[in-house]
Amino acid sequence: MTWLLVAPIALPMATAALCLLVWRRPRAQRAISLTGAVALVLASAGLLRAVWTTGPMAVQPGDWAAPYGITLIADPLSALLAFLGALVGLGTVVYALGDLDRGREFTGFHPLLHALLVGVGGAFVTGDIFNLYVWFEVMVIAAFGLIALGGEDRQVDGSVKYVVLNLIATTILLTAIGLLYGITGTLNMADLAQVVPAHPDQGLLTAVAVLFLVAFGMKAAVFPMYFWLPASYHTPAAAVSAVFAALLTKAGVYAIIRVFTLIFTEGQAYTYGAMLVVGVLTMLTGVLGAIAQSDLRRVLSFNLVSGIGFILIGVGLGTVLGLAGALYYTVHHIVVMSALFMAAGLIQRLGGADGLDRLHGFYLREPWIAVLFFIAAMSLAGVPPLSGFWPKVIVVKASLAEEAYIVAAAALVTGFLTLYSMAKVWLLAFWRSEPAPASAGAAAAPRDTQGERAPVHGRRLLVAPMAILALASLGIGLWAQPLMVFTEHTARDLLAPDTYIETVLGENGAATADGEGAHDAAGE
Amino acid sequence: MENVLAIAVGVLVACAVYLVLARDLVRVMLGLTILANGVNLLIFTAGRVTRDAPPLIPGDAQGPAGVMANPLPQALILTAIVISFSLTAFALVLTYRAYVAMRTVDVDAMRLAEPAYPGQRLPRPGDADVADAGAAGSETGDGAARNVPEAAQ
Repeated sequence: MTWLLVAPIALPMATAALCLLVWRRPRAQRAISLTGAVALVLASAGLLRAVWTTGPMAVQPGDWAAPYGITLIADPLSALLAFLGALVGLGTVVYALGDLDRGREFTGFHPLLHALLVGVGGAFVTGDIFNLYVWFEVMVIAAFGLIALGGEDRQVDGSVKYVVLNLIATTILLTAIGLLYGITGTLNMADLAQVVPAHPDQGLLTAVAVLFLVAFGMKAAVFPMYFWLPASYHTPAAAVSAVFAALLTKAGVYAIIRVFTLIFTEGQAYTYGAMLVVGVLTMLTGVLGAIAQSDLRRVLSFNLVSGIGFILIGVGLGTVLGLAGALYYTVHHIVVMSALFMAAGLIQRLGGADGLDRLHGFYLREPWIAVLFFIAAMSLAGVPPLSGFWPKVIVVKASLAEEAYIVAAAALVTGFLTLYSMAKVWLLAFWRSEPAPASAGAAAAPRDTQGERAPVHGRRLLVAPMAILALASLGIGLWAQPLMVFTEHTARDLLAPDTYIETVLGENGAATADGEGAHDAAGE
Repeated sequence: MENVLAIAVGVLVACAVYLVLARDLVRVMLGLTILANGVNLLIFTAGRVTRDAPPLIPGDAQGPAGVMANPLPQALILTAIVISFSLTAFALVLTYRAYVAMRTVDVDAMRLAEPAYPGQRLPRPGDADVADAGAAGSETGDGAARNVPEAAQ
């Protein structure tokens, strides 16, 4: 069954390679891309099921024993996120078939999207911290290609900011990894989990931990390092924004959770405290930014940032309940954000504009799209019984249990302001009957060059993935118990990572700190 | 030896930070390249600078005979160099495209994706003077940004 563990890397890599081979044959490229995405969903579902029933599994590629070679490991968290990544990947492929013009679709969209999924999947299943850096770079280079795909001037501007900030983030990550290796002499994450807490020089390690927090925080778009996100996410094609919003920041969040629950378990008072402060500021500044914007995708971008802050406070509380809420919210956020960005693309296409000052009357013209958008928007705002409600309850409860009253208050205020910002979108784009002619500002006019009510081909392809994701949000809201059990169980495992370490190093390796035992055990 | 390398890393990173903070995009890109090199040197130093035997294991042995040099940092650096090379190539092309699209390399004046400051004057795609002056000077990082009107504060 261990081949399932390699699937999140191998399948999209093969798909991307095959797409490149049939570069000049659009139909074949579409077929391969779609087949690859479906296969990835099935394989990731299999992986999730296997991990959930039999516990974490690990593979040592090339048969290099654990602390020396690169380990691949899937625990419930990695498997769940790999599955969601595959699901969003499939949704994006379907959406792109209807959304992208031929110029974009056949100048590299399919290979780049699958390359992005390689990076995301690799980051989720790797057990080696330098390898994690490499997967982040794979993700980044594919994302650079996707964000600039089409080459409009506006996209070039967004790409510049995206590229520079992401390059700095990965360089900081590389610095942190180099220093950690210099201090501990190992790169295997399970081995680090044993070496780091036992190391005498905890002050130095806390400094390195903060470097990791900065690097992953930049990737995840947290305060005060998130400005690249709303500067760029509204410029590429809607399909690209949807997959970026769902997965790229979440990879940063995943890395924060992994590194700070597994490796830097000493000196948590400082790092977790920093996470709480940063999380609160991210939530509040994000949602205030969203209220101030008038471009639909920029509103969503700022709300995306705000959600990352919410996940961070769940992690920063450092309790099982808080972490479970954060994981639940991550699932919800992946589903809802991709649905909302897909909806925004559809609205832009049907209304011929991105700006809220020019959109109007979608409720009458497109009632079903309006209903789907409403579900996703209210879910983001945390209105019961949708999927955004339960994690808010859990995290607020967890923060009250920890007597972190400011955190709880900030979470509730953010929820209210999110509701306000989504209600504003609903009111302007869906309910308003006439566009106010005076309010169409002159500044907004040159930005709406993309399409004057272009005829919509392949409409079903656009609506179907968005509908499935919005209904999934409704589903995990109404039927919350299974996911709640799953996230709570996963959070408990994350905070007591003995099983993880044992899976990678073997029972002997987990007992002896120097890793000799692991070598013997795996050498049999 | 470690001390000298540590100082070199510090100087490289300081230069890189100075360049990255500039408003000129070409300088930012140069800064990123220097930063990547500084970090590579940091990994090299963090992996301990030793002059032991080469890390080769004889064909009939199970492990190394004595103390040997650590090959891992070099492997890490090689990976990082390859990655930063490809990313730099992409970033430079993007810089050129940004210059063509916006007629400026001043990051403050790049306002196609985001709204400008109130009252800010931006270069237009048709501006001929920047194109003439910039054709020779922009890639060296000097001059092109100077032609941009200062942002009204």
